[in-house]
Amino acid sequence: MKSLRHPWIDRLMATNAWVVYAFFYLPILVLVVFSFNASARVGIWGGVSPRWYGEVLGNAEVLDALKNSLIVSGISTIVSTIIGTAAALAIDRYRFRGRRGLDGMLYLPIIIPDVTMAVMMLLFFARVFDIVELVGPRWQLGVTTIVISHVAFNIAFVAVVVRARLGQIDKSLEEAARDLYAGAWQTFRRVTLPLIMPGVLGGALLALTLSLDDVVVTSFVAGPGSTTLPIYVFGLIRRGVSPQINAISSLMLIASIALVGLSLLLQRNPQDAILPDERLKET
Amino acid sequence: MLGLPAYVYLVVFFAVPFFIVFVTSFARRSATGATKYDEFSTSAYVKLLDPLVGTIVWRSFWIATITTAVCLLFAYPFAYYIATRRPAVRNALLVLVMIPFWSNFLVRTYAWRFILGSDGPLGTLTEAMGREPFRLLFTPAAILIGLVYGFLPFMVLPLYAAIERLDWRLVEAARDLYADGWTAFRKVTLPLTRSGIIAGSLLVFVPSFGAYVTPAILGGGKDLLLGSYIVTQFGQARNRPLGSALSIVIMAVMLVALMIRNRSGAEEI
Repeated sequence: MKSLRHPWIDRLMATNAWVVYAFFYLPILVLVVFSFNASARVGIWGGVSPRWYGEVLGNAEVLDALKNSLIVSGISTIVSTIIGTAAALAIDRYRFRGRRGLDGMLYLPIIIPDVTMAVMMLLFFARVFDIVELVGPRWQLGVTTIVISHVAFNIAFVAVVVRARLGQIDKSLEEAARDLYAGAWQTFRRVTLPLIMPGVLGGALLALTLSLDDVVVTSFVAGPGSTTLPIYVFGLIRRGVSPQINAISSLMLIASIALVGLSLLLQRNPQDAILPDERLKET
Repeated sequence: MLGLPAYVYLVVFFAVPFFIVFVTSFARRSATGATKYDEFSTSAYVKLLDPLVGTIVWRSFWIATITTAVCLLFAYPFAYYIATRRPAVRNALLVLVMIPFWSNFLVRTYAWRFILGSDGPLGTLTEAMGREPFRLLFTPAAILIGLVYGFLPFMVLPLYAAIERLDWRLVEAARDLYADGWTAFRKVTLPLTRSGIIAGSLLVFVPSFGAYVTPAILGGGKDLLLGSYIVTQFGQARNRPLGSALSIVIMAVMLVALMIRNRSGAEEI
């Protein structure tokens, strides 16, 4: 493409790009580097040491929180991936009553601020528990309520990613399968599902990341004994900076970057991770 | 049929909870702070007119507006730059935006707490140089840095999508008709990428307006913002009706933003 711009504007934009990338990555890098700082005074470099990592990994509270986090994120990812993928297929393929409503409910959880979502879930469970108590059992907030809430916001994210993928696949392949006498289920199992698999896995990894990341919603619907890792770390952070938090944070960061990287690797076009790609539909 | 599980799930665990928040905002708060649903009360909404609440909402609105403006200022040229690279470079640059976008938000915010703190690397450095100790943490500026850091990718991606889709022949045509670079940008490029600007602004403004984690970590709690104030209503203040009414305010702002987006035809992003 021929350049329509002055060279100095191009240079200014290149500089801006470097500044933005530095802004994105320097803080993360500084944190990870300083997590290996041997000194107990976080800001003073005292040589390289894995000391704080050892301390963190030997901490029973951390391991307990990690266990809760893995249970919550594992279950909510599986459930939301199945429901979200089905919803994406329904919206992409069929016209049905309530389609617009479903479409809206699949969009709102993505942009709603987490405080609002947290308030919604807390009041909902409080009301339901009050009503249930009239009949007998005393239900309590805990791992189950956290899982239910995470699924409620994750379905939307899975559906967005899968829909983007559905928009890209060649529908004639499915028609060809049907023409060759494949049944509806066979066509789905052998043609559609393999084609959308990168989207499904990408959506699942996104759900996993969001579930492992969530602080606000979880803290509203958590009960005694169901502290997740982000809640535990958030509690520590509010008390101040410490080398232990640096170590846990670095571990969480590296784990989540690995998940995101894997998710992006699964999708041909990185943009699909959130933005639907309309161009291939047109061709 | 396929959509049924999601439909049922989201009605029960999203629409119904929303409705309960709405009902609770009209509930009564007893003297002990318990929430009573026995009578219709608008006292939570009357409380919204309290100057203290007004200040908090106004402050949150401003912080969100400035965050959105700063993000737009940096993200537009940034997205433009990425969108005009060769496809291979473009994808690599995009991946480098996606990684911070989806990696752990809490920890990324903590990184700033560590860096800006007086005992952090910058603080000890300025101290060692014999300068005034570094004070940025627990100021509105720190919250702003944190919000921009957290939400900048939300601005970059829709802008990128809009700019990448731009039909460059239209810009060339403008130039051929003797429009200078600035005029061509203002009259052609900018209007054609408006949908990206609106979609990105929405994705930054709405979460910034209700942000809780960032102000809690970087703000020090002096200048209260809406998100923290709502959380307080469900904790120490024990005023669920007020907390619900404030959540309704956030949702109203969100719906207005959505309507602006829909009217502008930015829906596809």
